[in-house]
Amino acid sequence: MAYIKKVFTKFIFVIPFLFSSLIFSESSDYNMPVGVTEVSESIFELHMVIFWICVVIGVIVFSIMFWSLWKYRKSKGAVAADFDDNFWLEIGWTVAATLVLVWMAVPSTQVMVEAYDDAEGEINILITGHQWKWHYEYLEDEVGFFSNLSTSQEQIDGDVPKGEFYLREVDEPLVIPTNTRVRFLITGNDVIHSWWVPDFAVKQDAIPGFINTAWTNVPEPGIFRGACTELCGIKHAFMPVVVRAVERDEFDAFIAEKVALAEEERLLTSKVWTKDELMERGESFYATNCSACHQANGQGIPPVFPALVDSQIALSDSSRHIEILMEGVQGSAMAAFGDSYSEVDIASVITYTRQAWSNGENGDGVIVTPQDIVAYKNRIDL
Amino acid sequence: MSTVVETHDHGHHGPAKGLSRWLFTTNHKDIGTLYLWFSFIMLFIGGAMAMVIRAELFQPGLQIVQPEFFNQMTTNHGLIMVFGVIMPAFVGLANWMLPMQIGAPDMALPRLNNLSFWLLPMAFGILISTLFMPEGGPNFGWTFYAPLSTTYAPSTVNFFIFSVHVMGVSSILGSINIITTIFNMRAPGMTLMKMPLFVWSWLITAYLLIAVMPVLAGVVTMMLMDINFGTSFFNAAGGGDPVLFQHVFWFFGHPEVYIMILPAFGIVSHIIETFSRKPIFGYSSMVYAMASIAILSFVVWAHHMFTVGMPLAGELFFMYSTMLIAIPTGVKVFNWVATMFRGSITFETPMLFSIAFVALFTIGGFSGLMLAIVPADFQYHDTYFVVAHFHYVLVPGALFGIIAGAYYWLPKWTGNMYDETLGKLHFWLTFISVNVTFFPMHFVGLAGMPRRYPDYALQFADFNALISVGAFMFGLTQLLFLFIVIKTIRSGKQAEPEVWEGAGDLGLEWTLSSPPPYHSFTVQPQVK
Repeated sequence: MAYIKKVFTKFIFVIPFLFSSLIFSESSDYNMPVGVTEVSESIFELHMVIFWICVVIGVIVFSIMFWSLWKYRKSKGAVAADFDDNFWLEIGWTVAATLVLVWMAVPSTQVMVEAYDDAEGEINILITGHQWKWHYEYLEDEVGFFSNLSTSQEQIDGDVPKGEFYLREVDEPLVIPTNTRVRFLITGNDVIHSWWVPDFAVKQDAIPGFINTAWTNVPEPGIFRGACTELCGIKHAFMPVVVRAVERDEFDAFIAEKVALAEEERLLTSKVWTKDELMERGESFYATNCSACHQANGQGIPPVFPALVDSQIALSDSSRHIEILMEGVQGSAMAAFGDSYSEVDIASVITYTRQAWSNGENGDGVIVTPQDIVAYKNRIDL
Repeated sequence: MSTVVETHDHGHHGPAKGLSRWLFTTNHKDIGTLYLWFSFIMLFIGGAMAMVIRAELFQPGLQIVQPEFFNQMTTNHGLIMVFGVIMPAFVGLANWMLPMQIGAPDMALPRLNNLSFWLLPMAFGILISTLFMPEGGPNFGWTFYAPLSTTYAPSTVNFFIFSVHVMGVSSILGSINIITTIFNMRAPGMTLMKMPLFVWSWLITAYLLIAVMPVLAGVVTMMLMDINFGTSFFNAAGGGDPVLFQHVFWFFGHPEVYIMILPAFGIVSHIIETFSRKPIFGYSSMVYAMASIAILSFVVWAHHMFTVGMPLAGELFFMYSTMLIAIPTGVKVFNWVATMFRGSITFETPMLFSIAFVALFTIGGFSGLMLAIVPADFQYHDTYFVVAHFHYVLVPGALFGIIAGAYYWLPKWTGNMYDETLGKLHFWLTFISVNVTFFPMHFVGLAGMPRRYPDYALQFADFNALISVGAFMFGLTQLLFLFIVIKTIRSGKQAEPEVWEGAGDLGLEWTLSSPPPYHSFTVQPQVK
């Protein structure tokens, strides 16, 4: 009740200002963001022009209507006239409506042509929507990473207070340089997602089998938050977009670090791993990438997301286990992880799920190493 | 021939007794009643789902339901409201009113009429039963975009597909019946351009239904093949095209949007002329406007898909064609206002709902125009701005049209006047709550809240709490409507044949007694 009261007290004060704030402030909680790019500013201006045209038409039509309702009410003795047509009036307002629409169409077309431009960028980034995270790949430097929601499940469940950027924070944001034409190549891995950053006015569907393009050129550094806007399943609301725009030299340093990390990853594959090392890495990978469906306790949400605990595959069929991780399961929500993650990650999470919970005691306890994954890949290539 | 009719004993032609009256009836009034009650029940079922959605969204965080169930609620809310409430209610009104408005004794194909109604409870029984199955019901949104609705769907999607097929058959049969009735059974002298606007609106709607329902059946059949028979219509991995789904779906979907509003245009036109005591302004331009809207509805579908990655020329074409629809729609609004101008206006409940319809539907039209502007749509698309838009055209639009029609014709159907005080109370509570619910959605949408989210960022919290309060108020208020309807059926001041002052000149239905005989117009009237 206290919450309802608080909200209502707030709105009693807000209501008189609602319309004025919409009118006078450029950017507010009640209106479209102006954004930071030239395109987003043009779109905001276009939005306001169309809005005002609608307001003016609305005021005229509704004034006439409510004035008529008031003036010609029967209780004041109004007697109905008997006209029911006027040819020139009909023609007049049809022409007027057409002219207003042409007036709207001209700037709309201009802004559309400005926003629509699929020429190559200086930096080209492949964005892939996965259930339920984004993968970013810098095409020039051949490095990439996943971007997962970093808000904890406890915050979502209300067990701990919600942070400032609740549901709008990720473990690793996309980093782009400022004052550079950046082109996004957007696709989907499983279902259709949609990549949206309001401050850039970029919203493009991420569709399996298609590569859509969008572009931006951000003039100033900053952190820009967006969302997935196409229903993509259970965690649709839990795969935000966060973009960090940085100066060019900082961006170059970021890429250099990513390239070095990728090299390190490749070396890790040939390293000899102990069971504990694999378990440790597998556990954190599982928490980030698997627990949404298969649950932290491995029980899944049957029948859509099968349990891993006591699964025959996890207990006794390690080659099928590898195959599922690499290729996915057709006709189900299980995606192919083979192309998106390193051999070390795949091996460690398989090892983890074969040892974790009661599987280690009940199963064959086979340890899958990165070399096994390499061997699998070589076999498939043949 | 006429002697045979006159020697027949009419005493035996009352309704049958008990349940068989409703199961086997071929009477247009009984079937109209069945449709209207079905739609009313579905309104409360679909409304209860909306209440679950709003309860979850009252505060940020997951409190009441999990996302999986939330998605089932948004999906089924949409499907039920579109196919189970708005469409059957209009068909119910058509069944009751078309024969009475054109001076026909019944619908042309009465047995088909019975079948097209009784298919509906089957279809929705199948759909709703999936909610109780282990995998849960459809959870991919009422637009069921592939591959979320194919490769990634729960197996209950097959029940959903079957149910959509059955709904489609019901709609097509109903439409055939309506077109046949209108073309063959009008009273002598009632030329096409003398038909009441509600009849015109349904003639156009029926053609839209016949044109697009097979397309919907086609798209769900393609899904069925993809899911069960190894085809790849929508599966990119098999060489298919997920975007094809959207093109086919919206080729059905956009005319469907007008199927849900045209009959309401017809209803409010009658109500506004009745309570302005002045014939509708620009009758022929009203007919041409509805026809233009219907024709244009076939060339605007991709405006639902502006972010799907179309070429520039495609985006611009669909922007311009969509903006064109504003012209006939604007003409209709201007005509309604011109009908009120210099009238002699009273404000009974049907008129209040119709005035609110004109004002609030126009607001929905404005946001529709904004959404047509492609570059701006990049920011609006799939946010609550869209939710606000289509709820403005469907709730204070279509639903207000239906409620207005129910109040307008209820005295005719039952022979009893409804309680005007309660009717006005129902109107004001509904009017206030509908705006408290849907107006703030424009703001949360512009501020960036995507639709179909079970949980949201903190800056949207206050508006969402307000929206939920409005929604609960709106939901509860409709129980008052149920009470008023039942009260009117059971008792009330005896209604005159004319019911509304001066209505006798406006349509044939007002020349019949209130309630009309079980078989009306057994002898067709002459229209001058």
